[in-house]
Amino acid sequence: MKFWRLIVANLFRKKVRLILTIGSFAIALLLFTFLAVVQSAFNRGIDIAGADRLVIINRIGLIQTMPISYGDRVRAIPGVKYVTQDHWFGGVYQDEKNFFPQFAIDVDNHRQVYPEFKVPDDQWKTFVKDQQGAIAGARTARRFGWKIGDRIPIKNSLYGAAKTWEFNLDGIYSTEKADGDESQFWFHWKNFDENVPAAVKSTAGWYILKLDSPDDAVRVAKTIDAQFANSSYETKTETESAFAASFAKQFGNIQFLIVSIGSVVFFTLLLVTGNTMAISVRERTGELAVLKAIGVTDRSVLFLVLGEAMMIALFGGFLGLLLAWAAIPVLSVALNGLLPPLLLSKAMLSLGLVFAVFVGMVSGLIPGIGAMRMRVVNALRRV
Amino acid sequence: MIRVDGRGDSKSLIQVRGLTKTYRRGGEEIHVLQRLNLDVDKGDFVAFMGPSGSGKTTLLNLLGGLDVPSAGGITVDGDEITHMSGSKLTHWRARHVGFIFQMYNLIPVLTAFQNVELPLLLTKLSSSERRHHVETALSVVGLRERMNHYPRQLSGGQEQRVTIARAIVSDPTFLLCDEPTGDLDRKSADEIMALIEELVGKHGKTVLMVTHDPMVAARAHTTLHLDKGVLVEASQLEQGVVAGGVA
Repeated sequence: MKFWRLIVANLFRKKVRLILTIGSFAIALLLFTFLAVVQSAFNRGIDIAGADRLVIINRIGLIQTMPISYGDRVRAIPGVKYVTQDHWFGGVYQDEKNFFPQFAIDVDNHRQVYPEFKVPDDQWKTFVKDQQGAIAGARTARRFGWKIGDRIPIKNSLYGAAKTWEFNLDGIYSTEKADGDESQFWFHWKNFDENVPAAVKSTAGWYILKLDSPDDAVRVAKTIDAQFANSSYETKTETESAFAASFAKQFGNIQFLIVSIGSVVFFTLLLVTGNTMAISVRERTGELAVLKAIGVTDRSVLFLVLGEAMMIALFGGFLGLLLAWAAIPVLSVALNGLLPPLLLSKAMLSLGLVFAVFVGMVSGLIPGIGAMRMRVVNALRRV
Repeated sequence: MIRVDGRGDSKSLIQVRGLTKTYRRGGEEIHVLQRLNLDVDKGDFVAFMGPSGSGKTTLLNLLGGLDVPSAGGITVDGDEITHMSGSKLTHWRARHVGFIFQMYNLIPVLTAFQNVELPLLLTKLSSSERRHHVETALSVVGLRERMNHYPRQLSGGQEQRVTIARAIVSDPTFLLCDEPTGDLDRKSADEIMALIEELVGKHGKTVLMVTHDPMVAARAHTTLHLDKGVLVEASQLEQGVVAGGVA
């Protein structure tokens, strides 16, 4: 890289143009990273779903319930290790914009089915003994400044007349993975069952079961659905990842939307950088011709142009990722309740950098090949 | 000794035999150079003159390996260059040819030092060796004190001196000058020509130069005229005789 000085010097030749190009690149990369983070947030449930877990929902839909008696019947099926049930609560803490998911859980089996949610033993024991108790995810606790022992009032109007349910915060759970879901709020299913109208009593929103082996998934799912076929509460059993995927689809075809916008961002970025490089090369036709005349090879000329495009891409890329790193936590807070938590992982940052390098490479390729193929005699004649 | 009759000795530094260049423009064939012969020895200084479009620059481009002839051959220091591949020719140029252009063609974002250093970046010389060579070349052209100046901070004459330093820094076999004083005032032109004469006389360089200016051409050892695609020696042009050997 003896020509690095020339690459750097050329880069700063038109400072305003360089700043505008790098700025466009950075903004576009910020948008691209944001889209990738949103997509990842929607898919997080699919990514972290346990391979050995099945979810049973009412065949009519997720908001329809099933009898609590199904739990024991499912538990009796060979290959099923643990069964637990959840019920959606859907309450409001202080204001509707303060959304976080709340579930009435089966305290006897929940921990066995979800070992990835870590609750200190002493906190869990307190929770088990306290029927008014609750456990919150670390993120939600941080968000509202809750600490253990706090009394948490949650207003609910889904089950009978609107009333405020009060819970004792007995524990805070966390996850080992950085992108784990730490937003949930759990309380006793028994508490729920005792305080809801008769029509909702003794029901489960969905069952989650842990298998002895993931290899049993298909057989167990078929057995469960066959067992409850032609009943008043037919079931639909699927793997947790399939369940998470169909849950994500409820928001619309997010994948398509994000890929479409991402593609537009990509091509716009390609055109902006490509155009800058094309103009830059055209302005320097004579200089490139002289370089070739004194013995710089065609391949080196290509690398000079590519090097410049890559420098723009790297500067713009770093700036865009820096902006993303600063902006995404702020956006995540601002969009709380509208979108799942937005997390910018190291993998996402690396992906952004790879994307930047790729765009730099492609945008420099066409003007670079043009410069490489340029005939010295013709170029000197134009000077 | 410079000859244009094709009978030069095989020890000539540059041997051109039957050089022909034909362009096609709008279906019409334009014969720029026709079976041209030339022999140039080491240390010769030859000027090419002729009306616009007579093929002076084309001849220079062919001699410098920037263009390929339609027929004929060019041998420089034993290397037949007309059949070299593009990449071989590029490497050959880097080793054997120093170019001096009318418009200087310096890289404006690099200092005089960095411009002169460019040809050396293609060699395996270390950074300190490159520095030594560049400083020597800039001393030869009298610009060592201004090596950190950018082209915009130099006069036209000084820019051309930097171009000359860039052309000689890698100690090429010969120098090709295309109107080296064409963009300069008389005083600067004189200084540049004095410098080129010094390169020939003191440093033993071989120089082939294209010019429109008879006063500049007069500084060369020999002036050759290109007329209708054929080279004619100046004195014989006056006598109406096709050239033979010229001392």
